[in-house]
Amino acid sequence: MSLRLCVAALLLSPLAAFGTVKSHQELRDIFYGEILYHAYQDDYFGAISHLDIELGQHLGLDEPKLDSFAWHRGQAEFAVGDLELYYRMHLRAGRAIETVLASNVAKTERNEAAFRLARLYYRKQDYVNALHAIELIEGEVAKSIRSDEMFLRAQIYVSVGKFEEAIKLLKSLRSVVNNPYGGYVEYNLAMAYLQTGLTEQGLSTLDDLGKVFTDDKAVLALKDKGNLKLANYYLDAGDADKAGYYFSRIRLDGPFSNKALLGAGWVEVARKKYDRALVTWSLLHEREQTNYSVQEAMMAVPYAYSKLNVHGKAAIMYGKAMDVFAKEIDSLDASIKSIREGKFLTALVSKQGEKDKNWVVNLRDLPDSPETRYIMDLMAAHDFQESLKNYKDLADLRENLTTWLRDLTVYEDIIELRRRYYEPLLPPVEKKFKKLDSRMRLRVEQRDRLNERIRSLLILRRPEYLATADERALMDRLTKMKVDLEANPSVATEDILYRMKRLSGVLDWRIKSAFDHRLTKAYKNLKDLDGVIDDLHKQHRAFIRTRQAATQSYEGYTIPIQQLRTNLTETQAKLKRIMARQGRVLEQMAINELDKRRKRLEEYQIKARFALAESYDRATKQQERKLLEQSAEANASSTDEKVAP
Amino acid sequence: MHSHAQRKCLLFYSFFLAALLSVAVNAEEVSREQIKSLDEQVQDVKKDVLNLSAELAKLEEKLLFPSNTQVSLFLSMHEGDDFRLDSVQIKLDDKVVAQHLYSFRELEALQMGGVQRLYLGNVRTGEHELVVSYVGKAPAGGEYKRSGDYRVTKDIGPKFVEIKIAGPESTEQDIQFRDW
Repeated sequence: MSLRLCVAALLLSPLAAFGTVKSHQELRDIFYGEILYHAYQDDYFGAISHLDIELGQHLGLDEPKLDSFAWHRGQAEFAVGDLELYYRMHLRAGRAIETVLASNVAKTERNEAAFRLARLYYRKQDYVNALHAIELIEGEVAKSIRSDEMFLRAQIYVSVGKFEEAIKLLKSLRSVVNNPYGGYVEYNLAMAYLQTGLTEQGLSTLDDLGKVFTDDKAVLALKDKGNLKLANYYLDAGDADKAGYYFSRIRLDGPFSNKALLGAGWVEVARKKYDRALVTWSLLHEREQTNYSVQEAMMAVPYAYSKLNVHGKAAIMYGKAMDVFAKEIDSLDASIKSIREGKFLTALVSKQGEKDKNWVVNLRDLPDSPETRYIMDLMAAHDFQESLKNYKDLADLRENLTTWLRDLTVYEDIIELRRRYYEPLLPPVEKKFKKLDSRMRLRVEQRDRLNERIRSLLILRRPEYLATADERALMDRLTKMKVDLEANPSVATEDILYRMKRLSGVLDWRIKSAFDHRLTKAYKNLKDLDGVIDDLHKQHRAFIRTRQAATQSYEGYTIPIQQLRTNLTETQAKLKRIMARQGRVLEQMAINELDKRRKRLEEYQIKARFALAESYDRATKQQERKLLEQSAEANASSTDEKVAP
Repeated sequence: MHSHAQRKCLLFYSFFLAALLSVAVNAEEVSREQIKSLDEQVQDVKKDVLNLSAELAKLEEKLLFPSNTQVSLFLSMHEGDDFRLDSVQIKLDDKVVAQHLYSFRELEALQMGGVQRLYLGNVRTGEHELVVSYVGKAPAGGEYKRSGDYRVTKDIGPKFVEIKIAGPESTEQDIQFRDW
């Protein structure tokens, strides 16, 4: 792993970059909780699409401040950048962060945004812009990202050649309690020393790192890497003893063990202890034959035998190596052929490699086949890994688009079913509703008139308005009798007139004395009526909503669905084109790598062939020499016998 | 340097002879520009698909879960509760509407404060009986089962109910309901 890659790997760890999304905060919007649920499972597509919807709805409100999402908005804007970064949408992530930088936010938030932007540029290997972004940080940095910021800044300084500044930062990061970068700081500090020509300090720092006690796998790997670096340094410098010491510090089950065993063998060769070199190389000889170091050991072992003048054994070992290389070349040819036939890409997106979201890890479990045999070796290359992730993302999106297009057809079926159900039902219901609606309006108007009348009675007493039907009939009868008497005055005796006047008086008394009671009662009845009318209004509104919902359940979808289908189809075609290109690039990368291996093996094969011939030659000469010596000895002894008396 | 010289010597023949070899496969280099350009195109298509996803979500909500009938039930756990939840069942008006078996990642997401939308459906306005049951592992090793009910009052607008569950070692109530 190069220095740059080891840093990139660390910056990609959730520890370093997922802080904002994962930082705990009181949940005030249930939908934000749902976004977190997706994000915590590394379902970045799900999280971003939910977050986009929520942010869009929130910003579309008249008063977003009153929305519960407002509480999470700042965090969400950061989170969207983080999530996009994780989903490898660097361009959009950069824009999201730049938006935060451009807005009028607090200094700590601004610093955090600048840090994220710098990290983004650093990941894209745009070191000048990374430096520019990190220098936007002013004043104190939030405690949660302080170590991350220092480490990133140091890395940027190293990348732009500001080694002295990097050394200062890394040294101060060393003293930070619980600094999460541990061994990485030591390793990078050592590299910075070496880059500036401070070799002694660099070697001493690497030596310290090489002695660290830890059970952290990443730091253990870094420790091995440091020791390997030291061993190779001393091997190149001709100090076999020191080189041997550092090779011996490397674990035999770590990622650098093959290189260490190979190097340790060369150390013994340098000491001219070929038999000891054979011990270490023999260990390597038994390991996975696709590994470069193992392949080199296959050539180194017979070389050591030849140095020990065991030419026969050397010839046999060269022969074995040639067989292994030939087999490996056949295997590489089969893989290249399989890749060319498109089987590689099919295997990469197969469901078997996708048991869960750790699909990169699961690639190890793919069944052995020509198309997948070298996948883990290929994954060591950063570009290949990134391209493969893109290809996998595209494959997932392709699946989404296919499902969505199928869903649209189902939606159209649903809409059609609803239309068939509601269309015949709605017109009679509508007709009945119109009748009821007009009757309702009439009743409501009547109620309003009554209300007006009662109100006017409060101002101007009109007891006759509240007379009962009987009283009104009696009043009418008395009025009619008065008219009749006026027409026939001869009939109108005093007694009759008196009685009529009395009756009118009694009636008038009754109506006027009952007025207050009747007015109160009328008012109460009106209130009761209002309750009934309210219920009526509710039912009316519910009916209108139901009618609207029924209509809206099948109307107004044709154009949006058509548009969506067009967009989905266009995007599908675009995705298909890009996916094909990405696939070709992946195949080409894989073929190039395998071809490189093939060429190397071919070189080994030729070299082994020459060495084999040479070993045979030497073995034959050795045998001839032995025979000659034996015959010379025999001749000498027979001469002695003849000479003897 | 001795060993290096020897190694170089070993490789000498090979480099010399390799030039004579015919190349079996035509290697075509993949440039950084090509990778970068493709990466940008991939990002662009991702953006398009995300936009489409949002459009579709709006359409689905309008078509399948209109606000006057929409009900969403969310499940959450208390942060830091390390209860090993296995499954949850939800009954709405005596009908099982959702059942879920939890994977490690889902459980971890809940324990970290994520909220799972366990059910999205339609109900009429009015009152509805909600019954939640969950099963998990007790620290002692046995099963830990709990159940709780709640009356959901559905009005004109969409209804969102959060069901917060707790494990045996939590000091919180087993099941808490909250209308959002």
